[in-house]
Amino acid sequence: MIELLQFLGKATRKSFKKLGRATFFLLEIISGIASVIPRPRLLLKQLYSVGVLSFLIIVISGIFVGMVLGLQGYYTLSDFGAEETLGVMVAASLVRELGPVVSALLFAGRAGSALTAEIGLMKATEQLSGMEMMAVDPIKRIISPRFLAGLISMPILSALFSAVGIIGGQLVGSGLLGVDEGAYWSQMQANIDFEGDIINGILKSLVFGFVASWIALFEGYDAIPTSEGVSRATTRTVVNSAFSILGLDFLLTALMFGDN
Amino acid sequence: MKTLVINDDNSLTKLGVVIQNTPLSLPSTRVNSCMDKSVSLQDSLVSVKNLSFARGDKKIFDDISMEFERGKITAIMGPSGTGKTTMLKLIGGQLFPDHGTIQVDGQNVHCLRKNELYTLRKRMGMLFQSGALLTDMNVYDNVAFPLREHTHLPEPMIRTLVLMKLQAVGLRGASSLMPNELSGGMARRVALARAIALDPMMIMYDEPFTGQDPISKGALVHLIKSLNNTLGLTSIMVSHDVQETAAIADYIYVISSGKIVGQGTPQQIKDSSSEWVQQFMTGAADGPVHFHYPAKDYIDDLLSSGKRY
Repeated sequence: MIELLQFLGKATRKSFKKLGRATFFLLEIISGIASVIPRPRLLLKQLYSVGVLSFLIIVISGIFVGMVLGLQGYYTLSDFGAEETLGVMVAASLVRELGPVVSALLFAGRAGSALTAEIGLMKATEQLSGMEMMAVDPIKRIISPRFLAGLISMPILSALFSAVGIIGGQLVGSGLLGVDEGAYWSQMQANIDFEGDIINGILKSLVFGFVASWIALFEGYDAIPTSEGVSRATTRTVVNSAFSILGLDFLLTALMFGDN
Repeated sequence: MKTLVINDDNSLTKLGVVIQNTPLSLPSTRVNSCMDKSVSLQDSLVSVKNLSFARGDKKIFDDISMEFERGKITAIMGPSGTGKTTMLKLIGGQLFPDHGTIQVDGQNVHCLRKNELYTLRKRMGMLFQSGALLTDMNVYDNVAFPLREHTHLPEPMIRTLVLMKLQAVGLRGASSLMPNELSGGMARRVALARAIALDPMMIMYDEPFTGQDPISKGALVHLIKSLNNTLGLTSIMVSHDVQETAAIADYIYVISSGKIVGQGTPQQIKDSSSEWVQQFMTGAADGPVHFHYPAKDYIDDLLSSGKRY
């Protein structure tokens, strides 16, 4: 029993220490963002590797998620003779929930793990240390541009995911199952609220982008500089990001859509 | 190696006395060490005084002092794991000592603010054991990196400087290669070209000869010596390659178990009567540095129950 308490105490202390380190790291990242603004090429390069290279997985996943929603929605709604509201159902599901959440999970798996591995390996091969000795702050030069790129990419990827998903839903609903195309789009236009649905969805994806990028970069920077250490850090990035995104989604949903 | 300590700032010294004599003064040793404005009269670029450093319970350095003279190659030698690389990181301000001070060009490294430390580092080159080249850039861009980061020179001038540095290390023809296309020796030479890109006052070499074939070793020995002489650098070299280091070093410190066990010119080191130094220089398997890691009695261990460790 004593051993269990000691173990729990040690684990808690370790977690708080790590949280403290992560918080200081975040403050450093944020203070380093100012130095990224005058060097747009640094940011553009990272926008390409973090955002553009995630484009394909987001588009393919989005279209399939939209198609599945169209199919499942049609089966359920047609029981009530309400298949013409399929567009609203698909769009609301995507814009409010699935778009931000699934794209953030995909982002954490694709771009987040790559960021952690990259930073961890830079640490293991003394590249970050080398930069420090060349009087180049690795936070400003390496970390902050990647963080900013994640923050900018995430809402765009999420919007893209939702847009492609809506088209996927329409392909299945109207193209295969015979839902009226005009009803699909007009019902959606009439019932999806720009501020309540779309803006809130974008806000969610901003928060997820912030958290996923922070976790990925911190895990890489804090990784034990060995191959095993980097491998563990990469795993932690995906797991911790997934937990954080799903947990935060609940909180944000409660805050944003509580009055509806 | 006698040093005469003088104080160059009376007001600060007085303030230091006030802090030391005040019962409620901060207990931090760093406050007092930062107040210490003493400089050594001898021509030292780097001065390590009463340095102690520990990792957890393990003492890496125990109250050691060293002087690194301007324009000379000073080597720090010793068995693996004695903290040679740690010393370079302490000098570069990447680690903080538990006690003692390190002055580089009259500045106490660990009392500097971040921007002051970075300003100082622009005048300090460091060659890492792995080379630490940026893997997403080719050789040319790696050497150009510090110039692009710290100067506003036009690109044609950067090109000229990069080609000059690469010519100095014999790798001008390899400027378009990526780091993964270089051999270990070539990577270190590129890293050396990058380290001298900003024309620093000193270079720290971390195990420059480890894992090199004889030709690469010879090339590096020649390069380090010639760069030191032609550029008027001060070199601090950490190594355990006895022959190569003794061939180019002006002064050698041998450290073991956190202490300096020998120091002097290469000839003085070779002639040293210290058992520690002799074991290191001759490569004897056993001596003051034991071959066996501490363990219980061998026979007792063989005859014990065989419980897994």
